[in-house]
Amino acid sequence: MTVFETASGDTGFSPRRVGALILRYLYVLRSSWPRLLELAYWPAMQVIVWGFITQFFMTNSSWVAQATGVLLGAVLLWDVLFRSQLGISVSFLEEMWSRNLGHLFVSPLRPYEFLIALATMSLVRTLIGMLPAALLAIPLYHYSIFDLGLPLLILCFGLGAEGFAWVAVFAISPIAAVFYPVSVLPAWLQGVAYALPPAHVFEGMRTLMVEHVFPTDHLLAAIGLNALYLAVAGAVFLAAFARARVLGKLLQVGE
Amino acid sequence: MEAAIEVQDLTKRYPAKRSAKDAGGGLAVDAISFTVARGSTTALLGGNGAGKTTTLSVLLGLLLPTAGTIRVLGEDMLRHRYRVLSRMNFSSPYVEVPRRLTVEQNLRVYGRLYGVRDVGGRIRELAHDLDIADLLARQTGELSAGQRTRVALAKALINQPVVLLLDEPTASLDPDTGDWVRGYLERYRARSGATILLASHNMAEVERLCDMVLMLRRGRIIDRGSPAELLARYGQDNLEEVFLDIARDRPRRAAAAQ
Repeated sequence: MTVFETASGDTGFSPRRVGALILRYLYVLRSSWPRLLELAYWPAMQVIVWGFITQFFMTNSSWVAQATGVLLGAVLLWDVLFRSQLGISVSFLEEMWSRNLGHLFVSPLRPYEFLIALATMSLVRTLIGMLPAALLAIPLYHYSIFDLGLPLLILCFGLGAEGFAWVAVFAISPIAAVFYPVSVLPAWLQGVAYALPPAHVFEGMRTLMVEHVFPTDHLLAAIGLNALYLAVAGAVFLAAFARARVLGKLLQVGE
Repeated sequence: MEAAIEVQDLTKRYPAKRSAKDAGGGLAVDAISFTVARGSTTALLGGNGAGKTTTLSVLLGLLLPTAGTIRVLGEDMLRHRYRVLSRMNFSSPYVEVPRRLTVEQNLRVYGRLYGVRDVGGRIRELAHDLDIADLLARQTGELSAGQRTRVALAKALINQPVVLLLDEPTASLDPDTGDWVRGYLERYRARSGATILLASHNMAEVERLCDMVLMLRRGRIIDRGSPAELLARYGQDNLEEVFLDIARDRPRRAAAAQ
């Protein structure tokens, strides 16, 4: 009589397990064409609507007209933020809706591997959603978000860390200075705005497009804040996970 | 006797907020100790709220105990559970696999999570053994309860576990499918030498499968023994009557007759 033995005593990080979870989410994504279509539909629609608004401003020689694409850039970068937080939240909710968390966490999957898989899927979903809109803007408005440069785009995708705040993304939108400079805000609110990575991203975008100066200070501030929020979010997740193990919530969640 | 599972003074008391609605003031498991021998099948038997699922959840690490120690395959589960989780697995009708994935996709994901080397080969093997080859391309959510149970069993066996924990493995199955599952578990244990710990309400199942029965009531083990020993001790013909004796706190016939 033989006892089946597989891997034993593994305690380290496993890219294979992260890959397994990514595969699981890709299967879900691939299984539904409306979901794929929906990812690209809204960004494309927003680009069209806001593109025409931009064109209107251009013909009216306002401040905005001096900076072609500021609004389009803002829309696209805001959608990167929105899509990335949606990507994490939806993937996590998928597990709750399918009552699968119990199976996941009795497997060798570590909680931080789960987080990495969620963040990776957020990036995948964001790319699927944003690429058609970004490409559409090039022939329609002669505007390419890729002209912003790689660092600013990477910075935006780093905003996936914001995804842990499922609701907060809507609350911060007025102070994230998406469509107007931070200086428009009341003085007391400007400090709050600069404590958020998106404000630096959008200020940086405007600096780059209007003043043609690379916003190193905003770039570094946003990277630093992103790292900080990511660390805080990770710690909160692990604390919530530990609490769920005390309360027995991992077996109870479901539709 | 070499132990696969060793539980010592295991206690689980839920925090105050939850305890208000729980009988026993939130005390789900009360200082239980038991050992499961390697290669044996042991049942946790008891009514609703007896502490069976809580005990299984703590063993799996889904739930943290308030006190006590747990060792599985020699490892302290509270400190080193990742050393053994790849050699364990679990199935419960209350924890589902994703319904929108096909059966094969689900098995492939779990195979990778458990580090199975030849996932495709293992899936083909299980598809043959569990007669689910025709179901591999179907969405899990479309399957009948019996088919889903076989898929859940395939998931639980994907890593050829040395320790298998099952929560009500034949719940809501028709007698034919339930009998088939029990037969398969017997064959799996005989072939692999695996250790099985199951929670069940099905007395016939326990009598057929188990070498040892732990009778629980209100979070405590109130009796234990092989099915034959329990029948003799309570002077009953079947475990269902033993269960009722314990659940209703009836005096033991054998003891009463003496």
